[in-house]
Amino acid sequence: MAAATLGLLATILVQILYKSEVDTIGFETWRPVVYAYVLWGVALGIGQVLTRGEDGQRALFLLPALLFTIAMVIFPTLFGFYIALTDWNLSSFSGRRFNGLDNFWQMLSDPYYRNALFNMVLYVLAVLVEYVIAFGLALLLNAQIRARKFFRVVFLMPLMLSPVAVSWMIGKSLMEYRFGPAATLARHLGWDNPAFFSDPIIARISIMILDAWTFIPFMMIMLLAGLQAMSREVLEAARVDGATTWQTFWQVTFPLMLPVSVTAVILRIIFKLKLADIIITVTSGGPGGATDSVSSFIYREYRDRSNVGYGTMLAMAYLVIIVVFVTWLLKLANRFVRNVN
Amino acid sequence: MSVQTTEYTVSEIRSPASFITSRVFIYGALVFWALICLFPIYWTITTSFKSAVDVTQGHLIPFVDFQPDWKGWRSLGLSPDSIFQTSTVRDEFFKRFMNSVITSVGASSLAIIIGSLAAYGLTRYRYKFAWFKNEDISFFFLSQLILPPVVLALPFLVLYREVGLLDTRIGLILLYTLMVLPIVIWIMRDQFNSIPVELEEAALVDGLSIWGAFFRIVMPIALPGMVAAFILAMVLCWNEYFFAALLTSTDAKTIPVMVASQTGSQGINWWSMAALATAAIAPLAVIGIALERYLIMGMTAGAVK
Repeated sequence: MAAATLGLLATILVQILYKSEVDTIGFETWRPVVYAYVLWGVALGIGQVLTRGEDGQRALFLLPALLFTIAMVIFPTLFGFYIALTDWNLSSFSGRRFNGLDNFWQMLSDPYYRNALFNMVLYVLAVLVEYVIAFGLALLLNAQIRARKFFRVVFLMPLMLSPVAVSWMIGKSLMEYRFGPAATLARHLGWDNPAFFSDPIIARISIMILDAWTFIPFMMIMLLAGLQAMSREVLEAARVDGATTWQTFWQVTFPLMLPVSVTAVILRIIFKLKLADIIITVTSGGPGGATDSVSSFIYREYRDRSNVGYGTMLAMAYLVIIVVFVTWLLKLANRFVRNVN
Repeated sequence: MSVQTTEYTVSEIRSPASFITSRVFIYGALVFWALICLFPIYWTITTSFKSAVDVTQGHLIPFVDFQPDWKGWRSLGLSPDSIFQTSTVRDEFFKRFMNSVITSVGASSLAIIIGSLAAYGLTRYRYKFAWFKNEDISFFFLSQLILPPVVLALPFLVLYREVGLLDTRIGLILLYTLMVLPIVIWIMRDQFNSIPVELEEAALVDGLSIWGAFFRIVMPIALPGMVAAFILAMVLCWNEYFFAALLTSTDAKTIPVMVASQTGSQGINWWSMAALATAAIAPLAVIGIALERYLIMGMTAGAVK
């Protein structure tokens, strides 16, 4: 009981702090509110244990993560929806100004944003190519080979390396127009003018390659795990029945691998939707915004004009699109897997 | 669900010729892809020892094509002859490096603690918060994975400014924790599910409390999973660029931001960039080689049922 009231007191404290901030006799920053929230969380936990005994102890497992996530996600997102409706330039003195749906109308007629969305479609489609390569690599690693561990470590390497370093290593120096080894190789192969980042279409492909280089291992490892979890009896049975390797793959391995494949592809798409750092560091959206992903575009939009309001509106629209898209994707995947099996 | 090295016994040899061609093809493909994976790393490391001429002429092999030199490392203050002299670049580098270490270790630890607790609760007990049941709560946590960083970045920029957490390591740690929490919960749920409940029931009969059973019985068994989740979280935090670029400026800048900020400026110093990139990737490369087993374990958790 005492602890429950303590929790209540802490909440009231938050309220008071909030009020005093409004009346400008409070603290300099909002930080005390954060402390009060933490305190309130602790009090809530203690209160749970004291009032509800065993049940409270159980709730205590979940409470920290739940309180943390709510504070870090729900509140900022709601706040984000609010600032999306304002014209707020952080570097100007005028401060925040509520302007309703102006940002929204501006967004609808923004060709760069539309272009960035279109690019995201292309980038997501590239996942299918990555999937094919990753599947091939997983099959290779699952074959009867020597030095499997060595190859697995090597193949996993790109995933460990920071995308920023990667974009420097590959994007800025290997693909350097004048002397980068990749450009030299391309010249030897008969491409006279190997400029990887000046033609819009080629630049997009280059970005896809950079991103694929980092993330193919991720899908590869998941698919490899799937291959190794597959029962060997089925494969042997197929062989005994006289199926060729090709037939075995399409009629046994591939269908059995579908659930894992779907998981891998969906996870990869989710990661792909966050793609930003490679683009920011290699092309910074160029040439002329052609390679921009939504994330990198918003980043540049903020960096160039420091308009928080408009940037947030773009981000929120993106969030809505993503949530709808991923939900649809999950539904589709569910039905797909069920139909095949 | 770790990836085991299983040897296939069904190597049915149809004819020696086709066997050899398939061997050649398999090893050819393996070596080819290994080259693709390793060449950029090789290129970066060697470039850090090159001088300008060697870079612009595309020399590749040390001692044959060009004479290696400590040039890149000297500019970082990390070459043998400059390591004992004072160097502002080196000081900055170490500061960034420590920022990266502190934020990624801090965030991963925090995520592991609250993440495993939540995952344990979700696998063992039935909860009901208002109309939210276990499945809804799990889904709530996992759905955070979809949330792209951009959505949170700008609100957090404003909020952190108000709260006074902008450009602090604590601010970054909190965000990174949020970023890796769904992954940790995902992995740990899989781990706890694989531990039989009877173990804890026996412990409870022996007079341990719920939390006692968790710390004394379950934790030690789930430790490999925790290590796996920790390492995966470390990798993600160490490589994170987007939040760090937006939310830090002078004090809490991390290594990726430092690397990225070098590229933009006047004409690139290839050698020093290469040295910096090498230093940025080295810790993870070591972790990757040494703890590859755990990484794979973390990545494949829950993927194969």
